Amino acid sequence: MASAMTRSQADAKGKKPARKVRILIGKPGLDGHDRGAKIIARALRDAGFEVIYTGLHQTPEMIANAAAQEDVDGIGLSILSGAHNYLFPRIVEMLREKKMDGVVVFGGGIIPDEDIPKLKKKGVDRVFTPGTKLQEIVDYVREHVKPRK
Amino acid sequence: MYDRKKARAIAEHKKRWEKETLAKAFSRAPERLKRFSTVSDEEIAALYTPDDLDALDYDRDFSFPGEYPYTRGVQPSMYRGRLWTMRQFAGYGSAEDTNARFKYLLSQGQTGLSTAFHFPTLMGYDSDSPRAKGEVGKCGVAVDSLKDMEILFDGIPLDQVTTSMTINGPAAMVFAMYLGVAEKQGVPFKKLGGTIQNDILKEYIAQHAWVFPPEPSMRIITDILAYCTDHVPKWNTISISGYHIREAGSTAVQELAFTLADGIAYVRAGIEAGIPVDEFAPRLSFFFNSHIDFFEEVAKYRAARRMWARIMKERFKARDENSWKLRFHTQTAGCTLTAQQPINNVIRVALQALAAVMGGTQSLHTNSMDETLALPTEQAATIALRTQQIIAEESGAANAIDPLGGSFLVEKLTGEMEKKALAYIGKIDDMGGMVAAVKRGYPQREIADAAFHYQRLVDAREKKIVGVNCYTMEEEIPIPLLKIDESVEKKQVARTQEVRRKRSAKRVSARLDALKEASLSKANLMPLLLDAVREYATLGEICDALRETMGTYTDPAVF
Repeated sequence: MASAMTRSQADAKGKKPARKVRILIGKPGLDGHDRGAKIIARALRDAGFEVIYTGLHQTPEMIANAAAQEDVDGIGLSILSGAHNYLFPRIVEMLREKKMDGVVVFGGGIIPDEDIPKLKKKGVDRVFTPGTKLQEIVDYVREHVKPRK
Repeated sequence: MYDRKKARAIAEHKKRWEKETLAKAFSRAPERLKRFSTVSDEEIAALYTPDDLDALDYDRDFSFPGEYPYTRGVQPSMYRGRLWTMRQFAGYGSAEDTNARFKYLLSQGQTGLSTAFHFPTLMGYDSDSPRAKGEVGKCGVAVDSLKDMEILFDGIPLDQVTTSMTINGPAAMVFAMYLGVAEKQGVPFKKLGGTIQNDILKEYIAQHAWVFPPEPSMRIITDILAYCTDHVPKWNTISISGYHIREAGSTAVQELAFTLADGIAYVRAGIEAGIPVDEFAPRLSFFFNSHIDFFEEVAKYRAARRMWARIMKERFKARDENSWKLRFHTQTAGCTLTAQQPINNVIRVALQALAAVMGGTQSLHTNSMDETLALPTEQAATIALRTQQIIAEESGAANAIDPLGGSFLVEKLTGEMEKKALAYIGKIDDMGGMVAAVKRGYPQREIADAAFHYQRLVDAREKKIVGVNCYTMEEEIPIPLLKIDESVEKKQVARTQEVRRKRSAKRVSARLDALKEASLSKANLMPLLLDAVREYATLGEICDALRETMGTYTDPAVF
């Protein structure tokens, strides 16, 4: 489970903490391959981000709701079942409906190169393919995901 | 193994060799690495000698093929009698697509079938469920009702081929559909051979396709054990699987330990359900990964056989020799394949397949080179099958039984693997067995730790992967990929809805009610499931009905 305390817990202690970037790692769809998602969640946490992991088998609705509830700045989606062309854009759409366009959505998994431009056009900021170093993902998040106002 | 005095003399000689001969060589050119280790990060010495086998006894620890404790193989003749079954896992798109692939593979010399279902089937949803959107036919074949199963095995006589089905959460329902096809083909259940994976514990641990919570799932499994003992006696009822545990990032020792601990849990459950151990244990089989570290893998298979034989004979007091024998299927490790320079995967698969054969597997699936990118094309699947055929027919690996038996390295590794796996099993026993350990998230956490540790080693280039962190190329040579047409989903949804229109709604709802009622009693669910699928109740409907009485399970999301 994410070790991070929620923002309301931090406020309750009366301190105004430096706003940490909050990342939701999500597993949309039915595939059970969570090795990558868990490794990324841990690497981002170790790098100082607040990380929330949804667990497996999430619908786009569940992920968008979690993102709103946890007030996150970025969402990392992992999918290895081939359903990315439907599920990734659907999540971006639902975020838009919730007026959360500012949330940076990135993803990874088994995603053929030719699908990447289509996903980017539909609002996925970056797609990482197998073999990516953890540091590369950490650097990307540090650079591209900022606390939303 | 060796005479004590002789072994001691060799040990002394080894010390001299290290100090004088080897040290001299290293003074000229030092060792390449600070530490040599397996892919599981177990340290490996420069040389193994007879004194490493000091504690081992030939008769007690190795024995002969086909004789207890089966370290050297479960069958007396091994591949000199019959080669392993070449069983390629296949499934994509619609039942028609996969039926065609099955027939193609059989025509190319494959000797058994193995079915990959798409995720909605694995999770107990129909193709027209909102949960299935975007997933239909993508990662396997879509099966919603007996109708799909009839098409899937059309023209394939079920008394002449053995079929393995990777199905766990809804194993009983899908198995009932297979029995339904057998009835339509006029094949008596007694003649059916094959395997359902039906290993729910490793779903919670690693593969993560479940329908119900652990306890009701274990009850369904014992129902299957009892039903098959009486009606489908040649069927392998559980394929206790380490494969997915390893793919999730475990070490070799963890794969071995957690798999056998799962096996122990099933045997306990069967005995507690009142079935005598020797009536069901001979139909339990195993399924291991073949990872990239050749000798570590061979040692794992040999240790697994020895350990299971001892567990069954000593712990469970099984008396039938067939209860002691660990028969296993192997699949090469999908997680070792790289998206970079994918043709290199052919070589990885060949090495892994060779390890499985040297380790005495009963059946084998070799991955296709394109599987980090998509499901295999026909061409890639053919190369994968040919890899096995080359090992079988050309390499000489299948000539002598247990060809690495007696290797100082392999015997040492086998013994170490056994010792470390037994320590894990002891820990799990202390927790109250695997069901309790899973609920505490113990194996899940151990695997996540190992996966993270390995990824760190790869990122630090302490573990090398060709094409990923060394020998990389800017311009990759692309390979053709299989695409699942988006029309598959539409057609499948239409078929399932047509099935619903054509059947008797009244009879289906009566069958589903009967099933729900039985699930609240101690009745065996198998005959009722058969009744329901015969009326074309869909998988999703059956699972939904039972979700009402048996509950659902949510990922604890430990990371």
